[in-house]
Amino acid sequence: MENHFEMGLDALRQKILLMASRAETAVNQSVQSLVQRDYDLAIRVREDDNIIDQFEVEIDEMAIVLLTKAPLASNLRLITVAMKVSQNLERIGDEATKIAKRARDLAQEPAVKVNFDINRMAVMALAMVKESLDAFVQRDPAAARAIIPRDKEVDALNKEIHSQLAQHMTLNPDTIGRCLHWIVAAKSLERIADHAKNIAEEVVYLCEAQDIRHTLKN
Amino acid sequence: MPKLNPPEAKTNSPGSNTLIQIESLSLHYGESKALKNISLTLGEKVVTAFIGPSGCGKSTLLRCLNRMNDLIDNVRIEGSCKIGGHDIYSPDVDVIELRKRVGMVFQKSNPFPKSIYENVAYGLHLHGSKSKPEIAAVVEQSLRSAALWDEVKDRLHASALGLSGGQQQRLCIARAIAIKPEIILMDEPASALDPLATARIEELILELKKDFTIVIVTHNMQQAARISDQTAFFYIGELIEFDSTAKIFTNPAKKQTEDYVTGRFG
Repeated sequence: MENHFEMGLDALRQKILLMASRAETAVNQSVQSLVQRDYDLAIRVREDDNIIDQFEVEIDEMAIVLLTKAPLASNLRLITVAMKVSQNLERIGDEATKIAKRARDLAQEPAVKVNFDINRMAVMALAMVKESLDAFVQRDPAAARAIIPRDKEVDALNKEIHSQLAQHMTLNPDTIGRCLHWIVAAKSLERIADHAKNIAEEVVYLCEAQDIRHTLKN
Repeated sequence: MPKLNPPEAKTNSPGSNTLIQIESLSLHYGESKALKNISLTLGEKVVTAFIGPSGCGKSTLLRCLNRMNDLIDNVRIEGSCKIGGHDIYSPDVDVIELRKRVGMVFQKSNPFPKSIYENVAYGLHLHGSKSKPEIAAVVEQSLRSAALWDEVKDRLHASALGLSGGQQQRLCIARAIAIKPEIILMDEPASALDPLATARIEELILELKKDFTIVIVTHNMQQAARISDQTAFFYIGELIEFDSTAKIFTNPAKKQTEDYVTGRFG
C-alpha cells in the first residue's frame, strides 16, 4: 500500500527541487546578462522572478498542511527545513533580479574598463548554491559543512572588487554611476553565497538535528 | 438582484458533487436533545471527519446517515437527511436497501464467527443472486481493496476470529465494501488498534476514497488531519464549524475549534 504521508513529503521535495532549478537558472542568467551586456536576458530574469516567489508560497502551503498531520521527528525537520530552504531560494531569486536590473542599466551604457574578477565570484557563489542543494537532495551533512567556510572566500573577493571599483571611481569620476552598478551586483553575488551557506546549515540540521547557525564565527 | 449560488456551491469539499445533504436535523433521546439543528453538505468521494469531545453528538449524527438510530427506543428526529437528493427518512425508504448503500464499520471489529471468506461473502448471499464464481471474484476484489488479500489468501477458510485486531478491522471493511455501498461510515475504526495497524487503516481509507464516500468519527485529531478532506467539529450537540480540513487545522474560524484541535480541551 502507498504511504500517503510519504507521498506528500515527496511532493514537497520535488517542489523544492523545481524551485531550486529556477533559482539557479535565474542566477546564471543574471550573471550572463551582466557579463555579456545582454539587455533582453536581463529583462527576462526580472520577469521570471514572480515564478520563484509563487514557489515559495506554494511550498509554505504544502508544508503547513503536512505539519498538521503530526509528522515524525525526522519528517518534522524536513518540513521546517524545506520552508527555510525555499525562503533562501526566494531571496536568491531576488538577488538575481537585482543583478539583472543593474545588467539592464549597464547594457545601455559604455563598458567600464576595470580589471576585476566578477566572473570568479559568480562561479564561486553559483557552485555554493548548487552544492548546497545537492547536499540537501542527498542528505549529505559532510558536503554541507564543507560549503560553509567558502562563504568567507566570496566575502573577501567582494571586498577586493569593492576597493578596486572605489579606486577606479576616484580616478574616473565619469564612471561613478556605472561602477556603483557593479558594486551592487557584486554585493548581490555575495548575498547569494550567504543564502547558499544558510541552506548548507539547514542541511546539517536536517541530517544531524544539530543547529550550527551562528556558531562558526571566527 | 444577485444570482443565487447553485447547491454545489454550499459544498466545502474540493471540487466534488453533493452526495449527502443534512438540513436542520435535530435528534432527541426522550427529553434530551442530542443533536441541535445540524445542517451539513458532504461531497461525493471525499473523506469527512466528525470530531468533538465525547457526547458531542458526532457518532449519533453518523448513525443518522444509515438510520442506525431507528434501533434505539425513544429517538425522535426532525429535519431531513438526503442522500443523492432523496430523504432517507421519508416513509417510502427501504431501510435494508439504505444500509446496503451506506455501509458501516465500528470501533470494535465485529467479524462473524465464520471463515474469512464467508465474512465477506455473507452480505452477497444475503442480497441474492450471484453465482459461486462471481462471489469468489467479489470476495477477492474486496479483500484486495481492503489491503488484506496478500495476508489471508492462503487461509480464506480459516476462522476470521484468528486474525489480529487490525486484520479483523480490515476484514470488516472488506465485508462492508463487498456489497458495493456508495458511502462507508466509520465510527472510530482505528481507536482499538496499535500504531502500525492504525497506519494501515489510514492508508486504506485514503485508497478507498477513490471509489467511496467516507464519513469517519475520530478522537485522534492528527488522524483527522491526515486522512480527511473536510472536517466537522461538534460540541454538545451543535455543529460548531465545518470546513476543509486544511482550514480547520491551520486557520479555524472559531476559537473553540482551535482549542479543541490543538488539544486544549476535550
